[in-house]
Amino acid sequence: MPMERILSPNDPITAPKMPSLPASSTHITGTSVLAIKFKDGIMMAADNLASYGSLARFKDMQRLQAVGEHTVIGAGGDMSDFQYIQAMLDELIIDEFTAQDGHSLGPAEIHEYLAQVMYARRSKMNPLWNAILVGGVKDGKRIWKINLVLPPRRFLSFVDLLGTTYSASTLATGYGAHIAQPLLRTAVEGKEDILTAEDALKILEQSMKVLYYRDARSIDKYQVATITARGISISESRRLETSWSFAEGIRGYGAQTQ
Amino acid sequence: MFRNTYDSDNTVFSPQGRLHQVEYALEAVKQGSAAVGLRSKTHSVLLALKRSTGELASYQQKMFRIDEHVGIAIAGLTSDARVLSNFMRQQAMSSKMVFNRPIPVNRLVSTIADKAQVNTQEYGRRPYGVGFLVIGQDQTGPHLYEFSPSGNSYEYYAMSIGARSQSAKTYLEKHYESFEDASLEDLIRHGLHALRETLQQDKELTINNTSIGLVGPASAHETNVPPSGPFRILEGDVVQPFLDTMIPKDTGAAAPAPAAAGDEDVQMAG
Repeated sequence: MPMERILSPNDPITAPKMPSLPASSTHITGTSVLAIKFKDGIMMAADNLASYGSLARFKDMQRLQAVGEHTVIGAGGDMSDFQYIQAMLDELIIDEFTAQDGHSLGPAEIHEYLAQVMYARRSKMNPLWNAILVGGVKDGKRIWKINLVLPPRRFLSFVDLLGTTYSASTLATGYGAHIAQPLLRTAVEGKEDILTAEDALKILEQSMKVLYYRDARSIDKYQVATITARGISISESRRLETSWSFAEGIRGYGAQTQ
Repeated sequence: MFRNTYDSDNTVFSPQGRLHQVEYALEAVKQGSAAVGLRSKTHSVLLALKRSTGELASYQQKMFRIDEHVGIAIAGLTSDARVLSNFMRQQAMSSKMVFNRPIPVNRLVSTIADKAQVNTQEYGRRPYGVGFLVIGQDQTGPHLYEFSPSGNSYEYYAMSIGARSQSAKTYLEKHYESFEDASLEDLIRHGLHALRETLQQDKELTINNTSIGLVGPASAHETNVPPSGPFRILEGDVVQPFLDTMIPKDTGAAAPAPAAAGDEDVQMAG
């Protein structure tokens, strides 16, 4: 398929002439990512849609990615920039692995690295157009402190195209930051050490459902990543159970009869 | 002075398969005053003998803090050591900034070893004239490494470098099996005993010529050490309590074993 040359900040030909990036030039986009802390670690969810403007262009996009043994990142925003970030982090993890010296990058280190990259790119007036959640669990024990074994540490933090970072026990990007975040806070805050994986899954499922009803760039197909001290699992794609019978009598939904 | 057909260019092998400039650089390390390092399950310590050029002069600095968790003791050219320690500090800062992680000690040592190796292979350069003992702690516990201008680095339970370091090594080899479970005070005492072996006749360890560097939880003789046990250098009066723990040498019939030959001025073979 012949490709049309599109004005892009990442195009070596057009980039020098384009110091700042109009938001409209992000093309293939992903919407919200949700993540919460629970008793044993972090759970994260994102749907499988990559939109081309308002067109639901790709319905099999995986927006959750394992980075090493202890971390998962989830991204909204420009999906080509996300793929670039994935390639960059894969290389980083391979370099770390090949050192074979007993050290490995955990979620805190990966988040710091990402924040530095995002900030450096925004400072070149050429940001990576994403909002990313970084979640993970890494053993916090230090052998050199005698008789002191710290419990595994949960880590959940946000970073965006400006290099802005913050942490909380519930996080959401994009539309989810408006719609799902209040729901997540109500369900999770104060209960981070009580909620089971089952509880966490229910909370995310419910929030994804609300987002699917409200967010026009979302789809009812999503994946869930679970990160605990035992490791990472990213689920197969699953469907949201939704009901549209309420729309029957509402003008504006579906085919109009009058 | 020793001279040799194959020693004017460090990148050319001698027919015996040796790089003479590199070996001379290792000699420069042996000219420097001794440094000793030891490691236990909980601590790593450095002990070094400071030299002064005379009554009126100050003592040469032998230890450098690299980062919160890493420090070095040097033997050889101090100016080369300052170049390398600045580089190590930059590496440590970079790790902190990019990953928010204190640099793993083995990686820090590897970077300077790689830097030193380049000098043994590229035309028109010279090897560094300094060796380090590096101590530090990271996720994998306390460590002790030796770095040398040949570009080698090794991890050790205990090690010594510098003038007459063979005598200290002999002491360490005799006692190293007890270091693993030793208390910090015992570890330092062993270190001082080893360092004492490198002294010339009629000289002794004093608060002026002895530096102690350590990582790990505080000793009974220290105050105001944060619980993380960062790298710190003890000099002057605070060294006294540790010197007091030393067991006086038997000055009677049993004369101390003479320093092994080949320690100070080595005649190069070939």
